[in-house]
Order: sequence, then structure tokens, then C-alpha cells
Amino acid sequence: MSDTTEKPAGGMNRRDFLKAGLAAGGAAAFGGAAAAAENDPLITEVQDWNRYLGAGVQAAPYGVPSEHEPHVVRCDVEWLTASTESSVNFTPLHELDGIITPNGLCFERHHGGVADIAPADHRLMINGLVDTPLVFTMQNLMRFPRENRVYFLECAANSGMEWRGSQFNGCQYTHGMVHCVMYTGVPLKLLLEEAGVKANGKWLLAEGADAAAMTHSIPMEKALDDCLVAFKMNGEALRPEQGYPLRLWVPDWEGNMWGKWLRQLEVGDEPWQQREETSKYTDLLASGKARRFTWVMDPKSIITNPSPQMPITHGKGPLVISGLVWSGNGQIKRVYVSIDGGRNWKTARIDGPSFFKALHRFYLDIEWDGSPLLLQSRALDEHGFYQPTKNELRAERGENSIYHNNSVQTWHVKEDGTVENVEVS
Amino acid sequence: MSKFPKALIVLLSAGVALPAFAADGGKLGLGRPATQEEVSAWDIDVRPDGTGLPEGHGTVAEGEVLFTDNCAFCHGDFGEGIGRWPVLAGGQGTLTHERPEKTVGSYWPYLSTVYDYVRRAMPFGNARSMTGDEVYALTTYILYLNDIVTDEDFELSKENFTDIYLPNEANFISDSRYDEPFNTEKHQPCMTDCKAEPAKITMCARILDVTPSSVEDDGAGTVD
Repeated sequence: MSDTTEKPAGGMNRRDFLKAGLAAGGAAAFGGAAAAAENDPLITEVQDWNRYLGAGVQAAPYGVPSEHEPHVVRCDVEWLTASTESSVNFTPLHELDGIITPNGLCFERHHGGVADIAPADHRLMINGLVDTPLVFTMQNLMRFPRENRVYFLECAANSGMEWRGSQFNGCQYTHGMVHCVMYTGVPLKLLLEEAGVKANGKWLLAEGADAAAMTHSIPMEKALDDCLVAFKMNGEALRPEQGYPLRLWVPDWEGNMWGKWLRQLEVGDEPWQQREETSKYTDLLASGKARRFTWVMDPKSIITNPSPQMPITHGKGPLVISGLVWSGNGQIKRVYVSIDGGRNWKTARIDGPSFFKALHRFYLDIEWDGSPLLLQSRALDEHGFYQPTKNELRAERGENSIYHNNSVQTWHVKEDGTVENVEVS
Repeated sequence: MSKFPKALIVLLSAGVALPAFAADGGKLGLGRPATQEEVSAWDIDVRPDGTGLPEGHGTVAEGEVLFTDNCAFCHGDFGEGIGRWPVLAGGQGTLTHERPEKTVGSYWPYLSTVYDYVRRAMPFGNARSMTGDEVYALTTYILYLNDIVTDEDFELSKENFTDIYLPNEANFISDSRYDEPFNTEKHQPCMTDCKAEPAKITMCARILDVTPSSVEDDGAGTVD
């Protein structure tokens, strides 16, 4: 019986599995150490994997996840967009731990589909207000000094569907437009110095080679500060959907600025007011005014477990509450967790590396008595910025901003262990 | 050793200096100068002050034909948008409504963005296929659909382009997030009894039930 609660059986989909797990978890036999000891055939009988040889080396020259993990995938929401080529899917945050997002699970956001570019055919041009407009091949770029950095990337529209009220039952959908990987690349500053930026070069227009030729204006101060032109993620080449072979990396700023399939950097003296910084990625307020150039991603956190897609299936007793916290303003100072809808708070434990402007992993280990919980988490960064409540945010901005919703999320854990996305008074 | 070029052995044994490390801030001499033709091929952006506009012109009537043939399939004959494809026209006065309609006429601040975007990314799936004159004609027609241009004989050109302003330009403001109360009060957060009453649930997601694989997975919202 225990095997059905701990791993998905073949042929079951994720929902069936969850239902089965819940049913089993509700049974009295699952009380932990005190449960009556019954011989477990998984122990008393020799199993196939224990008797027969497994696959040899090279059975999977590029390794893939276990066949028992088919549900750990990115998901989209079909009705959100008109086409899959200009759309988004979401990182399965509820299935992950630690701070690094596996390359194949990093959410995708494209505006004209995934460009398919052979590295030998890729060029990067620097032009505009420079001493010498230059063209680089990938081979040229690999000869500049490199850096490695772990940073989070969050889409400005992450949680954008939750402004008016609780909508999606799952942190994958409410918060899954974020990922955190280690990039390897060349400081943008070195490339700009190679071309020689003129004194009046105050802005940079980054352009992708995809069918949307995605563009964004970036102030030169940021470009010279910490931007990177990256070709590796988590040690291997960028995935095609993440901009292979070359991506711009604009730490702690909106994900749409991290130009994928990067092919052109134009230096100018004013912003270009491109589509993705005027008609989109501007934040409409209740007054009818709209903020533009809202680049920095504010402090934010989310409890990933338990959550609607990851209910409690083990009954009462020890419970690990786990989540992610991050801030574009810098390092996370603390993260607080409430189990009563924000009335009382405890400081959660941050574990694992605490990199500047990266995701942080937090835990709160509690003894669940089986009563309903209203789970919340709240980030505080090193500059004293914290996450507002949803009502605080709406009071200032209204409900039509789409972008930059960094408010506190509430999960309602019910007595049976199921979890729902709710708002509270 | 047999693969080692003899010439290199000679150089090394002769004590020839190894390549120096690049000095800080020094150029590495990587890459090559771009040609003027290469820059022109990729540098197609247009700014609100007209910088980047090509020579050319186009009328409302020319734009209507092009729009019907190339754009209406997604955007509708009148820019009303088919399904979830972007609405291009109308929506003036709705920005403070519960469901604002953000179009070129109601929301976009600059006309140059229309020209720039159509030229670089439209039609969807056949980018860079329009001539400069065709993009002028389409831009003119989008102005016409939004009643910003009412004369059917109007012709937009490089010369008169910057005379036209979109009505919502003045409503764009700079980032004022850090004036908001929760971003200015740097107090220690409350830890106990932070609410007078126990928190009550005021809304649940199952009311909407739009999560994929749920029963009624057709909700409201956009990622733009």
C-alpha cells in the first residue's frame, strides 16, 4: 500500500495519482512510526531491479529524467494566448527543490517562436554611436574573458493573472514564470569597449534574431554595470528556447529584457520606445496613467510545498513547508511564514547558497495537527523592502497593471490535505 | 613529439616571448568592422523623433488593401481583433474601466512604434516581407481605424510622420513604485497578532476553476 502513496504508478496521470495518494493518506494506517509493522514485500521479496542487470552506460548518451517523473514538465494555459508561438509556459516550481532550475524546466516565453540558429551562422553586431561598428562570430565571443553567475530571471507578468483575485490552483501557474540558473558568458562591458562607445551613447538597443526581432532599450549605466552576453546555462549550451546560441543577461530586471538569440546591440542617445516597452510591459494604474521603464523585479516569495498541485498526502505529523524567495534589489535578509493567514509569523530557515539576486530556498519544519492552515510567506530584502499584501498592492495600483505583482500569496490547506489558492481578509 | 611543428620548437627553444596577457581595459582586437550594408540590413529601428524612418509614403486606401490581405485574418477588418489576437483600434476612454482595451489609439504613446514593429515583426510568421511604402500605408490605415486620421486621402510619409501624435502619450509616467507606502516604510514587520481578527477567506480559485485540467478551464487574463 505504501508504494501507491510514494510514487506514481505506471499509466496513472498526475491527477489520478494525487487522488489515490490522498485516499491512501487519509487511511488510519498512515500515522508514521506508530503504525503497525506489517511485512513489506518490497523488502521481503527480491525485486526485479535487484536481480536483473540494469541498463548499461551509453543507454542514454544525453541523460533524461527517470521514467517515473513524467509529470515534472512545463505546462501552458491554452486560453491565455492566441498562438503557441507567441505564448508562455510555466516552470513546475512545486516539483523542484534547492535554488537551481533544471535547463529543460525553465519556463518559456516567446514572441515569434523558437529561432533555430546554427552557431556557425550566428552573428552579433555592435553599431550606432560607437567608434567602430563590429561583427562578432560565436568563435570570437568565446575568446573574451568569461564570468559565471547565478541569477534569477522573472517575467514581469509573473502572477499577472492573479491581480483581480485567486485564479489558478497551482504555484506553477501563479508563480512559474521564474527560473534560476548559472550562466557563463562575457561581460557586455568588454564587448562595448571593443567597439568604443561614444560619449553621447547613453542607451543600448538589444535585438534578437527571432521572427519577432524582439527589442528593448537598456540604459548604458546598466549595460556597463552587470550585464552579460551568455552562451552557457548550468554548464551546457543555452537551450534553443532560452536563446541558443547567445542571450543577453540583465540581472534582476524584467525577463523580457534578457534578449534571446541576441544579434544586435545598437548604441544611441535616447530610448527607442519599442513595442515591448510602450504598448506592453508598462504598468497601467487605476488612474489611467501608466508607468514605463519599470525594470527592477521587487521582493517576492512563494510556498511551493504544500501547494494546490502538491497537497499533503502523509496525514498529520511532521510537515516540511518549502518555498522560494528572491529580490531584484539584492540579497534576501529574511523570509517569514504564517500558517494563520498573516496574523502571526515565524522566520523561516534559508538553506543552500545565498547568491546576490538569485533564488533562495526556505523551509519551515512544523508539526501539522491536521487542522486547516492559511499559508503565507513574506520576503524582506537587505534594503528593507518587503512584499506587500494583495490588498496593499491593489489599493495603490488597481487591478489592471498586469506586471509586477509581487504580493503575498495565500494557500488554504484543508483538513484532508488538499490545498487551494485563496485570498484572505 | 612527432606532431609538434618543427618551426614552433625552434621558436620556443630560441626563447621567443609568449603572448602577453591582455591589459585591463585594453581591446582584444576580436571581431571585424561591420560594413555599411550590414549595418543597414539590421539597423531598422525607428524612434519617436523620426530617426530611422526610411524614405517613402503610403495612403489610407493603399493601407486598407494591404491590411485586408495581410492583417485582418488575425486583427479583424476593423482592427477589432479575432479571438485573442491583439485589438488594434478603438478602446479610447477605457483605460480606467474594469476591462480596459489597450489599442494603438487608446494606449500606445508613439506612432513610431507602430512603424518600427510592423516593419520588424509583421505579418506574424512572415516578418520583414513588407516594403517601406507598404509599412507607411499600413501605419496610415491603423491611424484611420483609430479616427486619428479621418481623411481617406491622407498620405503618411517620412516628411509628415512626426507631425502626428497619439492621444495617450501624456499618460505615461516614470517608475513611481518607490513612492508607494509599502516601499517607503522601512519598519520591522509585525510578527504577532498582526490582525485583530482571525483571517477569513474572501475568495477562492475554485470559483473561477480555470486551472488547466480542471472542469471549466477557460478564464480571464493575459500575459501580454
